[in-house]
Amino acid sequence: MRGPRLGDAGVVATETRTSAGELRAFLHGLPGVDQVGADERAARLATRSIKTSAKAEAIDLAISMVDLTTLEGADTPGKVRALCAKGVRPDPADPGVPKVAAICVYPDLAGVAAEAVRGTGVGVASVATAFPSGRAPLEAKLADTRAAVAAGATEIDMVIDRGAFLAGDYLKVHEEIVATRQACGDAHLKVIFETGELATYDNVRRASWLAMRAGADFIKTSTGKVAPAATLPVTLVMLEAVRDFRDATGRQVGVKPAGGIRTTKDAIRYLVLVNETAGPDWLTPRWFRLGASSLLNDLLMQRRKLATGVYSGPDHFTKD
Amino acid sequence: MSERARLGVRKTYKLFIGGAFPRSESGRSYVVNDAKGRFLANASRASRKDVRDAVAAARKASGGWAARTPYNRGQILYRVAEMLEGRRAQFADELRAAGAGKNAAASEVDEAIDRWVWYAGWADKLGAVAGSANPVSGPFFNFSTPEPTGVVGIVAPDSPLLGLVSVVAPAIVSGNAAVVVASEPAPLPAVTLAEVLATSDLPGGVVNLLTGRRGELAPWLASHMDVDAIDLAGASPDAVRELEEAAAGNLKRVLRPSRQDWSAEPGTARMTAFLETKTVWHPVGV
Repeated sequence: MRGPRLGDAGVVATETRTSAGELRAFLHGLPGVDQVGADERAARLATRSIKTSAKAEAIDLAISMVDLTTLEGADTPGKVRALCAKGVRPDPADPGVPKVAAICVYPDLAGVAAEAVRGTGVGVASVATAFPSGRAPLEAKLADTRAAVAAGATEIDMVIDRGAFLAGDYLKVHEEIVATRQACGDAHLKVIFETGELATYDNVRRASWLAMRAGADFIKTSTGKVAPAATLPVTLVMLEAVRDFRDATGRQVGVKPAGGIRTTKDAIRYLVLVNETAGPDWLTPRWFRLGASSLLNDLLMQRRKLATGVYSGPDHFTKD
Repeated sequence: MSERARLGVRKTYKLFIGGAFPRSESGRSYVVNDAKGRFLANASRASRKDVRDAVAAARKASGGWAARTPYNRGQILYRVAEMLEGRRAQFADELRAAGAGKNAAASEVDEAIDRWVWYAGWADKLGAVAGSANPVSGPFFNFSTPEPTGVVGIVAPDSPLLGLVSVVAPAIVSGNAAVVVASEPAPLPAVTLAEVLATSDLPGGVVNLLTGRRGELAPWLASHMDVDAIDLAGASPDAVRELEEAAAGNLKRVLRPSRQDWSAEPGTARMTAFLETKTVWHPVGV
């Protein structure tokens, strides 16, 4: 099944002058999402059985895609350093385990994380723009972003202003993303929609196109602070959007589901979804990430089960 | 109204994992016959993944169960005995189907209930009997208390009710959670016991019960790195060595099978087999 297509690719203007009216007309001109169909499609793909060597490969791929995340009020520099050590060498007993893609922290700890992962190839992702609510003046959001980049963050996870989006003020959301994009400099920009607050799949599709047009390098489902967080159907809609966006403009955008992905089975379901929706081009840490914390231990447990033949237990892996 | 033949509503015998009654994830079942070889029921034939799920459920439940006061655990176990009492006839029927005579079945049910009550009474006495205040040379009050081991795997013996009760109750009374592989030839009383446990305030996951092939399930339980101890009461003698070796992977406590007369006075050995000792040095005086 291919998702709905845009009739005229020439309509898509990227990072050019945008008026509120044009933006609104464009986003509301996107074909609607068949909600039942999307749910059904995601549920059916989730039943795919991935076993033995394919599973081993999927586990390693999933580990390399993890944005190992700690976003707690109680985060300390020590905890972040421990998390970085874990991200660089997830299983000290097995050097064959790949590194995670990035460590995701609050901006004030981006410097600690950058120091801890220097030279390892692991990225530092920092949430910014008044994460998780996004309720702050634009200047504060941009200052937040610049501080994170200056501290060494190589990726910025920004949140959109859901209030403005739901009120129909797409231009404000667009301009915030463009401004944050500029404040990022060389850092990659991931745009978080908080799909749990967007209410409909149509809104998810609109938010995806809006963010991609505004220059997002990645689109991300959720902050992890709101339930429901990432779900398969929402990710399906976003994967269709990045696929169609590349067809229309030639620019590839990554996808990051985050929140609620806790088991290896969940992670593999997402990988199947990526392969079947956007295609194998997205099956790399460059274009697909999993925002998670407890997922990594489950992946390691499954990996050890495959390696040793006996079930492992959570006692045998570090908590953070 | 004319007499019409009524279709009986037959019970589906399922597994008991985390307080719920799922079928085996494998979808398999096996035929359970009565002592005369006639068909009794289809029981679920659990797979290694059911073992995995049961261990995860037990691990999740063990902390909360261990944190309850011994008094509360005793109350809950006594409640289980009350529920057992209400199902005496059903258990007696199931034991008769498994080959016991009428009187033998009734008395085994009574013994099983009495055994459960006996163990329930131990909940708040175990600490006093297995713990101690230790004389030490120094200004310390030094005391040892028994703590639950954690998740206990149990390969239940063939005695379908009394034997089962005699291995499950001592494991959980001290605060352990259990994953039980029921008797392979006579699993139906075990499933009925699970229904009793499910309706008696025992938190879901404290006891998880699997039916199926012992030879298939026991090795996965013995090798599982998140199981802290294993009771091999019902393991076949030629499998014991291999199971013990698998259990050594994470230094499980192992209770070897022994010739056991389940109707004899049980003693405390089965309770103390699944305990750890915590010793505290508390400064005093000065």
